[in-house]
Amino acid sequence: MSLPKDFRYSEEHEWVKVEGEKVRIGITDHAQSELGDIVFVELPEVGDTLQADEPFGSVESVKTVSELYAPISGTVVEINEELDDSPEFVNESPYEKAWMIVIEPTESSEIEKLMTAEQYEKLINEDE
Amino acid sequence: MTQIKRTPLYPEYEKHGAKTIDFGGWDMPVQFSGIKNEHFATRSAAGLFDVSHMGEIIVEGPDSEAFLQQMLTNDLSKLNENQAQYTIMCYEDGGTVDDLIVYKLEQEKFLLVVNASNTEKDFQWLLDHKTDGVSIHDFSEDYVQLAIQGPKAEMILQQLTEENLETIKFFYFIENVRFEDVTDTALVSRTGYTGEDGFEIYINARSGRDLWNKIIEVGESHGLAVIGLGARDTLRFEATLPLYGQELSKTITPLEAGLGFAVKTDKEVDFIGKAVLKEQKMAGTKRKLVGIEMIDKGIPRTGYKVLNDNNEEIGEVTTGTQSPTLNKNIGLALVHAEFSNLDTECYVQVRKRNLKAKVVSKPFYKRS
Repeated sequence: MSLPKDFRYSEEHEWVKVEGEKVRIGITDHAQSELGDIVFVELPEVGDTLQADEPFGSVESVKTVSELYAPISGTVVEINEELDDSPEFVNESPYEKAWMIVIEPTESSEIEKLMTAEQYEKLINEDE
Repeated sequence: MTQIKRTPLYPEYEKHGAKTIDFGGWDMPVQFSGIKNEHFATRSAAGLFDVSHMGEIIVEGPDSEAFLQQMLTNDLSKLNENQAQYTIMCYEDGGTVDDLIVYKLEQEKFLLVVNASNTEKDFQWLLDHKTDGVSIHDFSEDYVQLAIQGPKAEMILQQLTEENLETIKFFYFIENVRFEDVTDTALVSRTGYTGEDGFEIYINARSGRDLWNKIIEVGESHGLAVIGLGARDTLRFEATLPLYGQELSKTITPLEAGLGFAVKTDKEVDFIGKAVLKEQKMAGTKRKLVGIEMIDKGIPRTGYKVLNDNNEEIGEVTTGTQSPTLNKNIGLALVHAEFSNLDTECYVQVRKRNLKAKVVSKPFYKRS
C-alpha cells in the first residue's frame, strides 16, 4: 500500500491528516502489518487533551499490546467508535476506515515537525 | 551472548511468509499467514507446526523406571510400552521444574519430551539425581518434531503412510513409521497441544524437511496451514493446556495450576515434592488457577494484576487474549482460592484502569 502523500507521519508510526482547523490521526499500514491481527483498540474520550509524544490509547493484536502516542498536542473532538466493533479495520483500511481520532491542535506548528511521506518511507525502509 | 538457535526447518519458513522471533534462544516463527487465520485453519482443517525446539531426553537402563518414578509426579508403573503420559517434574517444595510427556519406548527405555527453554535445566536436574543403573542422554539436536493437529490431521497424514494411524489411541504411539519419499522412519504419537485431534511426529533431523514438505504437499488442498508460535499459544490457551513460565513455574505447583490428574500422591514412591503436594491435595491449595472472562471492555494479559472489590490484589493473570474461537476476552489467572468460585466478580488492572471480570469455567474450548 502506498503512503498517502499529503499526510504527515510520526516516528511512532502514526499518520496525521490536516482537515482545515482539525487533524485526523491513525496508524500506518507499516504499523498494522507489524502488529498483525488487531483485536482491540482503546481510544481516549471526546474532550480529553493530548500531549505530544504521550500515550493516548492502545492497539492490541492477538499477542501484543502497543501504546498509541500522540503525534501532536490537542483536544479530542471526535473518536472512531466503529473500531469498537470492527478493530479489523486497522488491518484492512489503516488510512481510511481506521482513522482513530480527530483533534483540535494546540500548536499547529507541531504538525510541521512531523515527517513527510517521503521521509517516513525512508524510515521504514531503514527498519527493514 | 549465546548464538541464537535454529531448527532444521528454518530454511523452509520464508516460503510461507514467516515472521520470526527470539523464543527462549530460538529463532522461531511467531506467525505465517496470520495468527487468527492459522488458528481457524487448525480448528477447522489442519495445522502443521515445527516444534523441533522441544527437548528430547532419553532415560534408559535397568533402574530407569524406578528413577523416573522418583523424579516425576505421575505414576509411570501403569504405562505400557508404546504408551505416553503427561507428567510433571517438581522441586522438593512442590514448585515445578517442568511439565513433559514421557514415552515408554521399551521396558527400560523412556523418551522425555520437555520444554525447549527448560531442556538444559531438566537434563541437569535429572543428572543431579541420577542413580546407578540409569543412563541419561540429551538427544534434542538429533530430532525434528512436527505436530499435525486438527480434524483433518489423520486423513492428511494417512495419505503418506501404509501404517494404519487409526489404531493409535490418544496418548499412544508407534515407532518406525515410514512416510512416502522420506528416508528415515518416525515415531508418531496421538498427542498435541491444541485441543484438537492430531499427532506429534519425531524423526531424524536430516529427514525433517522432507517430511514437512510432503505433509504440506498433500495437506494444502485440504486446508492445512503452517502454524507459528502465536497460534500455537492461542490454541493451547483455549484448550487450557498450561504453558511453563506462565501457568507453571518454580513458584507454582502443579496442583495450584489444576493439574492434579498428573500428580499421584498415593503412589508409593516418595517422588520429589511429594510431601508438599500431598499436603496441598489434602488441605487444598491457597491459590488456584481459574478462567476469567472480561465483563468490561479490555483484554487480560500475562502479568496483569487481579483485584477484589476492595481493590486488594488477589492474584495475577497467567495468560490472556481475545479468544479467536469464542471471540471473548478471556484469561487464566492464579488467584487466592477464596476467589476461585464460578461467577465471582473481580477486577483486572489493565494499564491504569480496573476492569470488571468474572470467574468462568474451563476449559474454554472443547472440541465436539
